[in-house]
Amino acid sequence: MSLFFVGIGVLLVGGLLSAAAGRNGPWSGRLGALGAVVGCGLALAPAVGVLGTGVALESRLPWPMPGGSFRVEIDALSAFFLLPILALSALAAVYGTGYLRPAPRPPGAHWLYYNALVAGMALTVAARNGILFLIAWETMTLASFFLVTYDHQKESVREAGWIYMVATHLGTAFLLALFLLLQKSSGSLDFDRLEPGTHAGLLFVLAVLGFGTKAGFLPLHVWLPEAHPAAPSHVSALMSGVMIKTGIYGLVRILTLLGPPPLWWGWLLVGIGATSGILGVLFALAQHDLKRLLAYHSVENIGIIALGLGLGVLGVASGSHTLAVLGFAGGLLHVANHAAFKGLLFLGAGAVLHATGAREIDHLGGLQKKMPWTAGCFLVGAAAISGLPPLNGFVSEFLIYLGAFRAVSGLGTGVAVPAIAVIGSLALIGGLAAACFSKAYGMVFLGEARSGHAEHAHDPGGAMVAPMLVLAAACAAIGLAGPWVVRAIGPAIAALAGPGDLPETGLLGRVSLGAGAFLALAALLAFLRSRLLAGRRVGAAATWGCGYAAPSPRMQYTASSYAQPLTDLLRLFLRTRKHLRQPGGYFPGPSSLETETPDVCRDRIFEPVFRGFGWVLARLNWLQVGQVHLYVLYIALTLLALLIWRLH
Amino acid sequence: MEAPRLAQPVLAILFAPLLLGVVNRVKAWVGGRRGPPVLQAYWDLAKLLRKGAVYSRSTTWIFRAGPIVGVCAALVATALLPVGDTPALMGFPGDLILLAYVFGLARFFTVLAALDTGSSFEGMGASREVQFSALAEPALLLALAAVARNTGSTSLTGMMQGISVHAWTTAGPALALVSAALLLVFLAENARIPVDDPATHLELTMIHEVMVLDHGGPDFAFVLYGAALKLWVLGALLVGIAVPVRSGDPWIDAAGFAAGMLALAVVVGAVESSMARLKLLRVPQLLAGAAALSALALILVLR
Repeated sequence: MSLFFVGIGVLLVGGLLSAAAGRNGPWSGRLGALGAVVGCGLALAPAVGVLGTGVALESRLPWPMPGGSFRVEIDALSAFFLLPILALSALAAVYGTGYLRPAPRPPGAHWLYYNALVAGMALTVAARNGILFLIAWETMTLASFFLVTYDHQKESVREAGWIYMVATHLGTAFLLALFLLLQKSSGSLDFDRLEPGTHAGLLFVLAVLGFGTKAGFLPLHVWLPEAHPAAPSHVSALMSGVMIKTGIYGLVRILTLLGPPPLWWGWLLVGIGATSGILGVLFALAQHDLKRLLAYHSVENIGIIALGLGLGVLGVASGSHTLAVLGFAGGLLHVANHAAFKGLLFLGAGAVLHATGAREIDHLGGLQKKMPWTAGCFLVGAAAISGLPPLNGFVSEFLIYLGAFRAVSGLGTGVAVPAIAVIGSLALIGGLAAACFSKAYGMVFLGEARSGHAEHAHDPGGAMVAPMLVLAAACAAIGLAGPWVVRAIGPAIAALAGPGDLPETGLLGRVSLGAGAFLALAALLAFLRSRLLAGRRVGAAATWGCGYAAPSPRMQYTASSYAQPLTDLLRLFLRTRKHLRQPGGYFPGPSSLETETPDVCRDRIFEPVFRGFGWVLARLNWLQVGQVHLYVLYIALTLLALLIWRLH
Repeated sequence: MEAPRLAQPVLAILFAPLLLGVVNRVKAWVGGRRGPPVLQAYWDLAKLLRKGAVYSRSTTWIFRAGPIVGVCAALVATALLPVGDTPALMGFPGDLILLAYVFGLARFFTVLAALDTGSSFEGMGASREVQFSALAEPALLLALAAVARNTGSTSLTGMMQGISVHAWTTAGPALALVSAALLLVFLAENARIPVDDPATHLELTMIHEVMVLDHGGPDFAFVLYGAALKLWVLGALLVGIAVPVRSGDPWIDAAGFAAGMLALAVVVGAVESSMARLKLLRVPQLLAGAAALSALALILVLR
């Protein structure tokens, strides 16, 4: 356990030293990243140990805060979440040293917040006291706010940071209510003394709202597509890959504290998962900005995780251990898998942005030839996120599917109906995700360069390529070693699904066998073709254009046209806006077509609500005089009023 | 491992191109022509395998990987399918998910290979392919979920063993709906009329054919063979459910299966001779209809 605290300490010291190094840019960056890597490595050791031995580590200290003690514990569930958090943080830190060069200003402050974010995430999943948890949660939120606003000279970045700040605190408000209610019913905020009392359902809904805002459940996801593209890419990787998973962690931790779940919790989670998953991937499909597209895919993947957790809850509620294990195993494994492939994809998008300066998919193209390493890694990530075998995304989706098919084939209607929803929505999500990532990868890396941005691109340096290679290897390894991975995280699954063996997860061995057969056959066929073509004439020519021999890059299909049939078909949900200037007359002038797909939830739900708030609060403007001593007076008056109320 | 388990892969590898010949023969017969020989697909493959290759200068290794992935995915899928009562070579609970997703992998790489050429025709075909397959996927998996509910099994082998004349007499309407949905998925996924016309000669209107315009020589042979295998595998899935010949004797089962496949080829030929392809904008409605049929079947078996 002390190793964990030392790791947190090294993280914070590294950040402070980096900030202190100030003007000396290179040293500042090195110190910050070194602190992150060493700190993560140190804190990782106890987490691995806990998963290996299954024995939880704990430490409890008295502290002056109300509501219990300073209690930190690493049990199997915490260890499982610590693993991707710390591993991805270390990799993204290495990548960041390359990405922030050339820096517009000394990176000291950036590394301070980066390391604070990592420490906050680690403490969030290890905290066992409500107050401590909220402190860690807020550290994480504030640090990530400052990371998002790294490019604060741009107005769009400031606005994104603002939306993130408001949204995430809205979520925290629900968490405050949750913990207050828990404090009321159990008299303490130490997690081991919490009693849900009689209103467990209300607590569960509060947890879904509060943690769902962080995780990005629809329609609480509105901050994701703003904040993730605005942040520097390694920070996007960290936020999308692991920070939003602290929301999932909070949800499953509360699940373990609330006692046996009723069936409707499972229905609720499946419903949330289906809507988030389907609409998330739909919105992603309509995006033109590579990083925004990836951000919407986080909503989709959080939806898939919710589908898995929902099945797990249904399994526990209906007493089917097999279903519980399959659902929770799929959901949890997808947490780790998403960290690997989404981290990889954001790092890849960052490399493209770094090399070309362009995020618009329609400005790119042909990068496969110019950035082969980045392209290969991005391809692995794209196939993995589409849930294709033999990569890791398929393994977790397979477990969820298998659970759903088990439920449909053998369990009562109350479980079979949501399971059918799981099957239908996963199938639709899978198809749409493949469409979306064939677009993202195909338009950015294949074909010919669509603009000058992409023409002189080249692979980034080793500091940026190595982390991508590690993540790509992780995607392949989890994909091929499914049964062993599930056995390794068995204690974490048992914490949610109840003790017992892990039925049916051994079937992943058969999946690995099929994947192995596939790879062997592919190698055989490639060899066969090279033998066939040996000694024959292998020519090179221009792409077939119905006899036209001088095709130009502008004649290629674009990302917008590629996605148009699907976005048109589903325009009911997307509300894509088109600005069309048609050619007309005998001598047509310039014409143009622009499309944009703003977030429907933001436009239709949050904008009007917040405009209303703004109107009401504007009436209270006279209170806001801009003098600090008056504000202190307000605080004193409020405390006085509370005191009087309490005495009364 | 007993030899009968190899039946499906061996049958598929040997006879998949034959299915195309039968379809074309039926179309020619209805149209009053003599038509190409039944073995034409084999001659085409042999000719293509003897040729050299020409690659577009825009392309990368992705373009060359596409055809190989297509064949390998279909080969893995043959190992998951049983013939009648005879278990599949590699069957296991949940194998139907692997079956659906290896075809997803093949599609992903076919689409990427098309985009690799930078051709707008191929981009157009790729765009249509991902659109239609995204809609066909739920129809396929929901149909299989209905069968899973009816037979109480989650492996293709168990499902096929659970389908019998008795199952058809007790749950006939549901199985008929499943068969109809699977037929639509089969036609869409294999780029047959009414979704796509394999005989068309205009790049602008094609879906599958246009994606492989730039492939030639052995690569195109792989593409054709992969498509034939896919036609066989999805056809075998449909025949396994629609033709309940389960005698326990592998030879009689295999004969029933072969008869079913032949009948399916005749049905495809008849459909292609009797109707034109749908407008592209109407295809999503057809596929949504297939998903609706699957959902109806599920409602019937749920009670």
